[in-house]
Amino acid sequence: MHSIAAPATKPLSLGRKLVNHGATAFAILTAMLVLVPLMAIFVYLLIKGVGALNWAFLTQTPKPVGEAGGGMANAIVGSGVILAIASLIGIPLGIGSGIYLAEYGRNRFGDIVRFTADVLNGVPSIVIGIAAYSLVVVPQKHFSAFSGGVALGIMMIPTVARATEEMLLMVPNAVREAAFGLGIPKWRTTLSITLRTASAGVITGCMLAFARVAGETAPLLFTAFGNQFWNLNPNQPTAALPLQIFVYAISPFDEWHKQAWAGALILIILIVGAVAAVRVTVSRGRLKGA
Amino acid sequence: MNPPQPLGELPKRVTSIPTLAKGEHQRQPRGVIAALEKIRHSRPRSSRTPDALFRFIILLSAASVFGIVVLVVWELIAKSQLSLHQFGIKFFWGQDWDPVNGSFGALPFIYGTLVSSFLALLLAVPLSVGVAVFITEMCPQGLRAIISFLVELLAAVPSVIYGLWAIFVLAPLLRDYVEPFLSKTLSWTGLFTGPAYGLGMLAAGIILAIMIVPIIASITREVLVAVPQNQREAVLALGATRWEMIRMGVLRNARIGIVGGIILGLGRALGETMAVTMVIGNRPDIAKSLFAPGYTMASVIANEFSEATGDLYLSALIEIGLALFIVTLIVNALARLLVWSITGGQSARANA
Amino acid sequence: MGVAIEVRELNAWYGKNLALKSIDMKVPANHVTAVIGPSGCGKSTFVRCLNRMHETIPEARAEGDVKVGEMDVYGGGSDPVEVRRRIGMVFQKPNPFPTMSIYGNVAAGLKLNGFRNRKQMDELVERSLRLAALWDEVKDNLHKKSGASLSGGQQQRLCIARALAVEPEVLLMDEPASALDPISTSKIEELIFQLKQHYTVVIVTHNMQQAARVAELTGFFLMGSLIEYDKTEKIFTNPADKRTEDYVTGRFG
Repeated sequence: MHSIAAPATKPLSLGRKLVNHGATAFAILTAMLVLVPLMAIFVYLLIKGVGALNWAFLTQTPKPVGEAGGGMANAIVGSGVILAIASLIGIPLGIGSGIYLAEYGRNRFGDIVRFTADVLNGVPSIVIGIAAYSLVVVPQKHFSAFSGGVALGIMMIPTVARATEEMLLMVPNAVREAAFGLGIPKWRTTLSITLRTASAGVITGCMLAFARVAGETAPLLFTAFGNQFWNLNPNQPTAALPLQIFVYAISPFDEWHKQAWAGALILIILIVGAVAAVRVTVSRGRLKGA
Repeated sequence: MNPPQPLGELPKRVTSIPTLAKGEHQRQPRGVIAALEKIRHSRPRSSRTPDALFRFIILLSAASVFGIVVLVVWELIAKSQLSLHQFGIKFFWGQDWDPVNGSFGALPFIYGTLVSSFLALLLAVPLSVGVAVFITEMCPQGLRAIISFLVELLAAVPSVIYGLWAIFVLAPLLRDYVEPFLSKTLSWTGLFTGPAYGLGMLAAGIILAIMIVPIIASITREVLVAVPQNQREAVLALGATRWEMIRMGVLRNARIGIVGGIILGLGRALGETMAVTMVIGNRPDIAKSLFAPGYTMASVIANEFSEATGDLYLSALIEIGLALFIVTLIVNALARLLVWSITGGQSARANA
Repeated sequence: MGVAIEVRELNAWYGKNLALKSIDMKVPANHVTAVIGPSGCGKSTFVRCLNRMHETIPEARAEGDVKVGEMDVYGGGSDPVEVRRRIGMVFQKPNPFPTMSIYGNVAAGLKLNGFRNRKQMDELVERSLRLAALWDEVKDNLHKKSGASLSGGQQQRLCIARALAVEPEVLLMDEPASALDPISTSKIEELIFQLKQHYTVVIVTHNMQQAARVAELTGFFLMGSLIEYDKTEKIFTNPADKRTEDYVTGRFG
């Protein structure tokens, strides 16, 4: 058996080196390209939005076309009303479903529910709007904040349910056993022990769902419909911030364009602010070492 | 078995008796004795009914999710019946959308939806995969958190704000710089002809691309991270450059999941409404040029639903909604199948 | 203050697997009884059947006659929740409630059984922590520190205090020291020795020296059956059954 000569090692070819560097450059380029629009959007929001922002904007309702001034106060409040209704629908149903999936639903029906929640999550928001129109607006024969809240609430459910299920499953079984061992019934264990242990994650999930629907416009187009005046009655058409931004943005009036930017800035601030506020309160409630 | 008579103390290796409870009985204050009596004799109420009730309520909420989806589908199908009966399957290749004369054909919208979505994918896929590869394989550790946070921030921006920015920043940019340039250089393709308004199919495709990058990027990141380290090491040990390692050891393994992420992005693009409506021009025409205005399924519903006169008009719009629902259903199901086959489990990110 | 336990013809299944075969055993009050045996012999299953924790595992069930004091554990009208309240359990790995303070952990059983009187609760919490030899170490941080911030040995003593707070008649311990270091282990063993003044203790252990140190009676399980049950001294120095002898001399398990 003759010895095998060690293969002569070729130095790394120039071609391969170039391709390697090219790939790195491409990757960095894409990262920058992705971040540029993000930066641009936030910069424009700040510049154009702050320009049109004033106290009147936050406290007044829209003025008739052609008149300067006026604001989106009714839209901000209207969004609040609609989102409150949405949360009342979406959060309990979402948490309940999440509890089912984690604690009772490791079976065929649970799989079905999980699947339908996924389906619901992927439905375009405008289609949910159609359904809410059909189910609420048509029988009631008028647009309303309530129908808008129903549409948005439905959209919140899958996110909340998924977050709740994941967080509950992360609670180690030893904690449930400890509670059972003390003679605590299952319903109490689930609520006071398991859910409480998972509470930070569940609240974050609710927050994410809230932030997502807070900016939704499409389902409100023919449910809440919008309103140029003050309205606190959930059974009447109501203004909403994203809706107002849309209407103003596509209008031909410069004054309204400016207000659209201001409204957009407020919307982003409110969304980010709400998420941040929840993060702070959740972490403050923690004990040392927990 | 019966134990024998219990012994007295067995010799123990325990030497020190801890300083608790010597003469505990004498030292007990009165309050504690009362508390002890109370807890010893307390009988917990039977938990059978509360347990059953709780289980029922929980089951009801889970069933409600199922019920809602059934309701949605039911309403869509029921309210499309009028249009379905009137036009039949020809609805989907009729080119004529004429509400005034009562003839409805959905082809312009299907065309618009497909073109804008695929244009968006064309632009978004290289960007998303590039960013994902950058973050997971090339980025220095410190930068990683910041960049991935920023990319996720993109996902949090509402659609209407994208649209606002697209109308007043993107469209003028296209009109004044990009489209004239494309017109000069690539008009032989037939894709870049006609007056440059800024608003149109191109603008819609671009803003859609920006919107779906976070989804595709985050799924791609997940599947890239799921590739075991030993795969990377095996390729490196053969003397590969970093890019070759990524190509052979990582991307090849993650292929299926990345495709799943792309399809998920497609699903999102198909259903996207507001930003597209604000820049696509809203004309039900089928044109080859990307400069021309167009119309998507979601946009026509958004624009015309609340002003639809007559049941047939409304029913036609709802039928478009039903078609949109079915298409996104299939696309999303396909995407999840692919992603799960790689990551093997639930992923919360997929809901971004 | 503790009560006796009487077990007759106890059988237990995991799905179709018969894990415990017709166990008969009488545990006397105010004594420490150890349950030993190789892995998989059914000792943990046995103890978990005494307080009906076994059936919380999906597809698991138990049948037989278990009397704890006057309570008929598997009787027709018996409620598993009440059984578990009257029988305390300490698990192998310490499992304090992670979001509750030390005080909250000990009081958890009290609160959830409807105890409202704050002063009485304070006193019971102190008493339980003293019984568990933990009071001096935590008395300044009762409400501020979470249960999970303690060391392993302290966490286990916290779990003991939690179990004792609801004044059970029997205390079941499933390998309580196996996850702990030697110093914590000896503290726990001292504790068990003290506790038998007030409670009946059944302790599962795979550590034969521990059984010898702590228990007056020992039962040897093998493959789901109770092979021998006698004074600890006899089991370890002069067992009657050859299989017991093989196990305690280390020939297997």
